[in-house]
Amino acid sequence: MTAHRVWRFGDNIDTDVLAPGIYMKKPIAEIAAHCLEAVEPRFAKEVRPGDVVVGGRGFGMGSSREQAVEALLQLGVVAVLALSFGGIFYRNALNYGLLALASSDIHRIRQDDLVVVDGVAGTVIDETTGERLTCEKLPPHLLAMIADGGLVPHLEKRFARQGAQA
Amino acid sequence: MVQTLAEKLIARAAGHHSVASGDVVTCHVDLAMIHDSGGPRRAKPILDRLGVKVWDPKKIVVVTDHFVPAYDTETATIQKLTRDWVADQRVPNFYDMQGICHVVLPERGHFKPGMFVVGGDSHSPTGGAFGLYMFGVGATEMAGVLATGEIWLRVPETILIECEGQLSPGVAAKDVMLHLCARLGMDGGRYQAVQYVGGTVTALPMTERMTLCNMAAELGAQTGLIAPDATTVDYIRAAGADPGDIARWQGDAEAVPAERHRVDATALAPQVAAPHSPANSAPVADVGAVQIDRAYIGACTGAKLVDLHMAASVLKGRRIASNVRLLVAPASTRIAAQAAADGTLATLTEAGAILLASGCGACAGYGSGLLSEGEVCIASTARNFKGRMGATTAQVYLGSPYTVAASAVAGRIADPRPLLAEHAS
Repeated sequence: MTAHRVWRFGDNIDTDVLAPGIYMKKPIAEIAAHCLEAVEPRFAKEVRPGDVVVGGRGFGMGSSREQAVEALLQLGVVAVLALSFGGIFYRNALNYGLLALASSDIHRIRQDDLVVVDGVAGTVIDETTGERLTCEKLPPHLLAMIADGGLVPHLEKRFARQGAQA
Repeated sequence: MVQTLAEKLIARAAGHHSVASGDVVTCHVDLAMIHDSGGPRRAKPILDRLGVKVWDPKKIVVVTDHFVPAYDTETATIQKLTRDWVADQRVPNFYDMQGICHVVLPERGHFKPGMFVVGGDSHSPTGGAFGLYMFGVGATEMAGVLATGEIWLRVPETILIECEGQLSPGVAAKDVMLHLCARLGMDGGRYQAVQYVGGTVTALPMTERMTLCNMAAELGAQTGLIAPDATTVDYIRAAGADPGDIARWQGDAEAVPAERHRVDATALAPQVAAPHSPANSAPVADVGAVQIDRAYIGACTGAKLVDLHMAASVLKGRRIASNVRLLVAPASTRIAAQAAADGTLATLTEAGAILLASGCGACAGYGSGLLSEGEVCIASTARNFKGRMGATTAQVYLGSPYTVAASAVAGRIADPRPLLAEHAS
């Protein structure tokens, strides 16, 4: 499995810093260019496809705007790991196929570490430090949705099945 | 089986006799609420891709409130797309520029106890004040609801907030919530159900109860709940709707909550949240000397009629400080009309307030009235995240409408109680 570079953030990263309201009328590429700039102006400029974002407590708390998730995906982020998540952000992330894993050991991961993430097993291996973190397991119905690529492809399958039965 | 109110509401929607916290269930949605920012603009491409229409147009309410009024061609295009979609999908309940969704739906009689409602906005727990289950989701999840009429959920635990005693003059539901944000933290609700009980809650009007449930979002809860009573029934009847059987929608007395927190309302002072989190709340006396440039009375949780009355009770016969701009955005057009009729708007404007359109506006950084670099604002809204109301270096404090009004008069963050006492004497 591929190792991913870590961007480390603190507690309470909210949806307003992920997708600022003043850019919400704009297309996602423009919102993404301002993602997290209020807390780390380098992030949107220097993040690379395949990177992983690690937060602390309450990552994604605040608004229901899923541009908070979409902006991270637009920038190529493949997973978000945190101590805990804002409930709506968590659902939005999985609906978009962005892996979101909660772990009580998250403080052990540092900026620029390389990590291997296994969503199905619910584990994160920090290759830089050799630490192995256990994450909360995703329930089966969500793993099935993620395997389909997110909620919309999942629904496409469901409607295609219904259409075939009709 | 002994059940909490949340469990009873979810069991009914899931078609089960009973459910228990931790169960993952699929619920049938009685009502879906969407707005111009996260609604048709985002759901239409998904429904088009799926090749389906909405599952039941009568069970959908659409509100334009975020980009209101449109202020450039981009926001005008979003509004037009919303109107066109409503016509195309034949959605009968559409409130175009009539105010903020969380306030418009109850005042137009869409809520009744026992319902299961999904809202495309994070402040959707507001509806829980009516003894119904309501929570916020993102636009893709809402598109799924619009296509299927269903949504999954993990049955939450109940966190009980027991509030006893009478709030002092100049202290409001907003102060209770800022106090709780500081005490429990913004993830203290653990995406569970927060239920408010006790004599303080029973004594509050529906519009103040809505503030309690609205800010369950700031506690990180999935929803806020208040069991329906005579106050609920009166409000719903006045809104022209039938409240139905409220006896069915009470939690069992034997049901054990996961957590219990007590609030002594009598001892509560006005609270102020310092930048950049509602959890940075403390009694107003602890804030110190903070000069302000702006005072803002607006939002779903800070500009209902009761909130405008609070502000007017402080501002009556006074002028705001010369270096402060006070902006007021009544939460709905109906509230603006009521406030015009009872003289509240005149009191506010005579004190120096500038009136804005009814909508989410500056609270979420969408509309007019944003803040520049380094400006200091006190707002009656629910959130003061960095950059939310404009520039990232702007400093936003939160307080009740009483505290916002008193601060506008003083030109610095101020305790409203001395000003109210002067009026009383």
